[in-house]
Amino acid sequence: MTPAFPGRRSARPAVSDGKAFQAQKFEGQAKEGAVVLCAGMEFAELIKTPRVDGVVLHRPFLPTVEGTLCLTGHHLILSSRQDNAEELWLLHSNIDSIEKRFVGSLGTIIVKCKDLRVIQLDIPGMEESMNIGSSIEALSTLESVSLMYPFFYRPMFEVIEDGWNSFLPEEAFKDIESATDEWRLSCVNKDFGLCPSYPALLVVPKGVDDDTLCKAATFRQGGRFPVLSYYHKKNGMVMMRAGQPLTGTNGRRCKEDEKLINATLRAGKRGYVIDTRTISQAQQAKARGGGFEQEANYPQWRRIHKAIERWNILQESLIKLVEACNDQSPSMDRWLSKLEASNWLTHVKEILTTACLAAQCIDREGASVLVHGTEGTDSTLQSLVEREWLQAGHPFQQRCAQSAYSMGKPRWESPVFLLFLDCVWQILRQFPCSFQFNEHFLVLLFQHAYASQFGTFMGNNAAERVKLKLSQKTVSLWSWVKRPQHMERFLNPLYEPNGLVIWPSVAPQSLLLWEGVFLRWNRSSKCVDEACEEMVHIIEYNKDLQAKVNALRRQLAQLETQDSPLDTP
Amino acid sequence: MEHITTPKVEQVKLLDRYTSKKPAVGTLYLTATHLIYVETTANVRKETWILHHHIATVEKLPLTTTGCPLLIHCKNFRVAHFVLPRERDCQEVSQSLLKLSQPAKEEELYAFLYNPKQDENDRRVGWTAVDLKMEFKRMGLPNDLWELTDLNKNYGICSTYPADLVVPKAAGKATIVGSTKFRSRGRFPILSYFHKQTNAAICRCSQPLSGFNARCVEDEQMLQAISRANPKSSFMYVMDTRPKLNAMANRAAGKGYENEDHYSNIRFQFVGIENIHVMRNSLQKLVEVCAMKSPTMSDYLTGLENSGWLRHIKAVMDAGVFLAKALVDEKASVLVHCSDGWDRTAQVCSLAGVLLDPYYHTIKGLMVLIEKEWISMGHKFTQRCGHLEGDPKEVSPVFTQFIECLWHLMEQYPCAFEFNEKYLIEIHDHVYSCQFGNFIGNCQKERVELRLDERTYSVWPFLLEKREEFRNPLYKGPLKVAMLRPNTLPFNFKLWCAMYNRFDKGMHPKQSILDHLLTLTRQKAEEEEKVMELQKKLAAIDGVLANEVHLCEASASAKQPTAVPPTTHSSSVCERELTAHLTNGTSEDTNPITGSANGKEQDELSGLESSLTVTNGKALTMEIPESQMVEAESPTRSTVEE
Repeated sequence: MTPAFPGRRSARPAVSDGKAFQAQKFEGQAKEGAVVLCAGMEFAELIKTPRVDGVVLHRPFLPTVEGTLCLTGHHLILSSRQDNAEELWLLHSNIDSIEKRFVGSLGTIIVKCKDLRVIQLDIPGMEESMNIGSSIEALSTLESVSLMYPFFYRPMFEVIEDGWNSFLPEEAFKDIESATDEWRLSCVNKDFGLCPSYPALLVVPKGVDDDTLCKAATFRQGGRFPVLSYYHKKNGMVMMRAGQPLTGTNGRRCKEDEKLINATLRAGKRGYVIDTRTISQAQQAKARGGGFEQEANYPQWRRIHKAIERWNILQESLIKLVEACNDQSPSMDRWLSKLEASNWLTHVKEILTTACLAAQCIDREGASVLVHGTEGTDSTLQSLVEREWLQAGHPFQQRCAQSAYSMGKPRWESPVFLLFLDCVWQILRQFPCSFQFNEHFLVLLFQHAYASQFGTFMGNNAAERVKLKLSQKTVSLWSWVKRPQHMERFLNPLYEPNGLVIWPSVAPQSLLLWEGVFLRWNRSSKCVDEACEEMVHIIEYNKDLQAKVNALRRQLAQLETQDSPLDTP
Repeated sequence: MEHITTPKVEQVKLLDRYTSKKPAVGTLYLTATHLIYVETTANVRKETWILHHHIATVEKLPLTTTGCPLLIHCKNFRVAHFVLPRERDCQEVSQSLLKLSQPAKEEELYAFLYNPKQDENDRRVGWTAVDLKMEFKRMGLPNDLWELTDLNKNYGICSTYPADLVVPKAAGKATIVGSTKFRSRGRFPILSYFHKQTNAAICRCSQPLSGFNARCVEDEQMLQAISRANPKSSFMYVMDTRPKLNAMANRAAGKGYENEDHYSNIRFQFVGIENIHVMRNSLQKLVEVCAMKSPTMSDYLTGLENSGWLRHIKAVMDAGVFLAKALVDEKASVLVHCSDGWDRTAQVCSLAGVLLDPYYHTIKGLMVLIEKEWISMGHKFTQRCGHLEGDPKEVSPVFTQFIECLWHLMEQYPCAFEFNEKYLIEIHDHVYSCQFGNFIGNCQKERVELRLDERTYSVWPFLLEKREEFRNPLYKGPLKVAMLRPNTLPFNFKLWCAMYNRFDKGMHPKQSILDHLLTLTRQKAEEEEKVMELQKKLAAIDGVLANEVHLCEASASAKQPTAVPPTTHSSSVCERELTAHLTNGTSEDTNPITGSANGKEQDELSGLESSLTVTNGKALTMEIPESQMVEAESPTRSTVEE
């Protein structure tokens, strides 16, 4: 290990624990700490005690560290000020909640992080610990977006490829265009007037003009009219997403909406509407002006209800699951019943099942699919899950784009994105050779979605992101990921591209707890990491060996074509 | 065969567990050893072979409109649901299977018919592949404090113990004989494992006949002798693997547990593993959970919890960890017992052995361990596995639990074991298959009387021959730690899907990392040979005639620089691993692949499938190919061929 010094890890604070990242990977970013500290000026009034000596840090499975605690505008830093001792750099935005306790003059702060880690800080001095506690509370709950770390973060690495330009919709469309001429790119939402939560550029059927789109938008919740989500090259079938139709109690209809989605069907073919609510939920929605597609008005479409829980239920589920994972009780029954009661795996199973269904419609039955819930933001996420395997064998970068794209949803109060990542992980586990990325990448996305120095996951939708000028003022996570030395860590050594559609199993026996996230801080991952490294070595060694064989063959062939072997010097 | 009245039934349906799928139609055959189902609807000929001895239960379900259903549950966790067109056939087939699956006499077991056309000499040598005297030598025994005794050479003092026993030198014949009188079934304290590093020992026995306050001077002397054989420790543990309540209940029957007041310097400890009946019922429930048709996640998890199976596995694991820690951390000897000392005691002692000694992490080492703690010490395989017609209450998955504990260890330590999951499953299969003589009989005495070593084959050479299949490509040689300290918090235990849903292929990952890496390992050997060959040719052309050894070294060192780049970004730990990996590649460890075993290797390379049939081919006369069943898939998945 190279000696660590303050600032070394600041470039990657969200994943700064040595457990996940080796310090060597961030060379060239070391001076960053200075930048952060300067930026701290704006937070001066919130930081009552910037520095305390003799603080003891307790973390599970790691030795305790005694050192100096510093608070900056965006970080909580604990350094033993010794070479090669580990340091803690924690983004305030990563802090979920804190608990304070006092025993005499010794204060104890338990910090619970959004990445599910729990750490304990023992702080000598009543006043100091009170101050630290309230400062952390204030700094971790800043309201103003503009005070967020990404606006202060300056990368010390050279941006080779600007991640903000990595996944432009125009590029993605080129791919579709190469396969079909039935779709076009529409600028109808260029100023986010039609649908504030949609991006500026949208893919729509060629035969439908922008006027029709505008009318259809008025008929859909939040203006989220049906747009292309995924194009299945194998048979030209598509998946679309939308908000619920605003039929209301008197069964309003909208010819333009019907025209729009019918335009995606081939002659004589039927499509499926997958409603992610139960039939009764959908019925109730009518009273509030919402509703669902009536058979009479959409004769070519078959509606299927596949209920996916709403965000508040998912949140509750996540809280219960995390609580179960942190339970140190040795009782097996208690663990299993808590795991069951959390329902998290039930949600994973439901989403995968629905996504399987949609994929089946598209690939098996050659039908197009329209997916929506109420707003068409959260639950439509399943569509992404499904893309993940319909497009199995597609490159990494595109996947990043899709994930980034899905950010158009009400911030992170709901673990929908985590649930999505969990589903991807389940598929990855079942098809370990079909993905270009590995589990570390999924964990990285989870981590950065909650707390990051990058602007990628900020804002609720494209309109907001434009308003915040994220692409000018912040750095994209993809700029960082795309640096070859980082990318390497996220590549799956087993990856072998194949164009086959993959069908995961949704049997309960096939779905496991995602240990890489939920048990990440509760047990040592040393042996598992070791195994991953060993696997990489085996694969690399074999590649090198093969290269060597080829080189030798060439050499031999060259020598043999020369007239006489004696000619060689 | 006398039991087979209907050797062939046509138009038999094989139902998929997922009801929506159209059932296969085919022909059912009964042979002397197998039930064979040949699917006639498939374009490719699909065969399902079920060994009679693998059949656990045969159930005739009520007649339906489509025919007469016959549900077969197997000991290797296969479930086959046939529908026969006529009730009479179904009746006869089920009658035959009941007879065939559990014969009345040992001589009717498969092992006595199995004839792989092997040379008689090879067969005899095969039985010496695992030698326990060598194992004692490996542990450093006999030594100053422990000796081999032949007191039991005719199974006179304990009929269920082996002939060769290791006891403390300080314990004389009178002490031993006296102790046998005070222990259930004469199973007095003997050595199970000697821990060279600390001089502490694991000993095992059965419960004392202490009743409410009986005592026995010789037994007390026996324990003292064990304690003194570890002079650096002032005490020893006595570990009763039963729940305290059970042990206390036994006192009423004149049995029970050691009174700490009567034995000097013992620390007594209960660890609470349930008895064979609880375990049998638990497995029964687990199997039901695994066989549920499209359960919800909640049904499944609740069922898993209610089965109690993982709780029992955890109890065994906790006990093993306790035992190993006593030796390593406290340097204390431990005497382990349960009631008879052949079920829970075997589990805990063998598991502790695995935690303590990296030798048992090897393919060969695990064989030795099973031979030592299970076969030789009298785990009642015939009864526990239900090989013969007999008391169903004697059947219990005690050995299965041990194998599962190993799997959990492998999950936590993926680089620590030389073998992979397939090896565990293969061993488990053969414990029940009765194809080989090893797991027939309840103790050594019975096996000698059956003359198994003259009349049957040993499974160990058979497994050693297939060792390449069973290798863990991630194995990095013996660990440099005093013992494995697995995390035993509940979340570390999960259902072993590859075992209990083994034949539900649809539930398993569709791409196997293990298979992928095994292929790479084979390729590596091939490529390394090519490199050598090419270098030799190049050298010849260059006119430089170097000797071969020199070339080998050159090639090894030449590889290093090309392989290093991936590690430059990672820590020094990785570099160490890499060099280890490199040396592995050229060391004697893998030489058998590139060298002597070359011919066979070529066969295997031409396709794993064909190699399977090659090994089975030898036995085809007796109709014993490995059961192969191509599982149908669930409705949500299909087409992707592996």
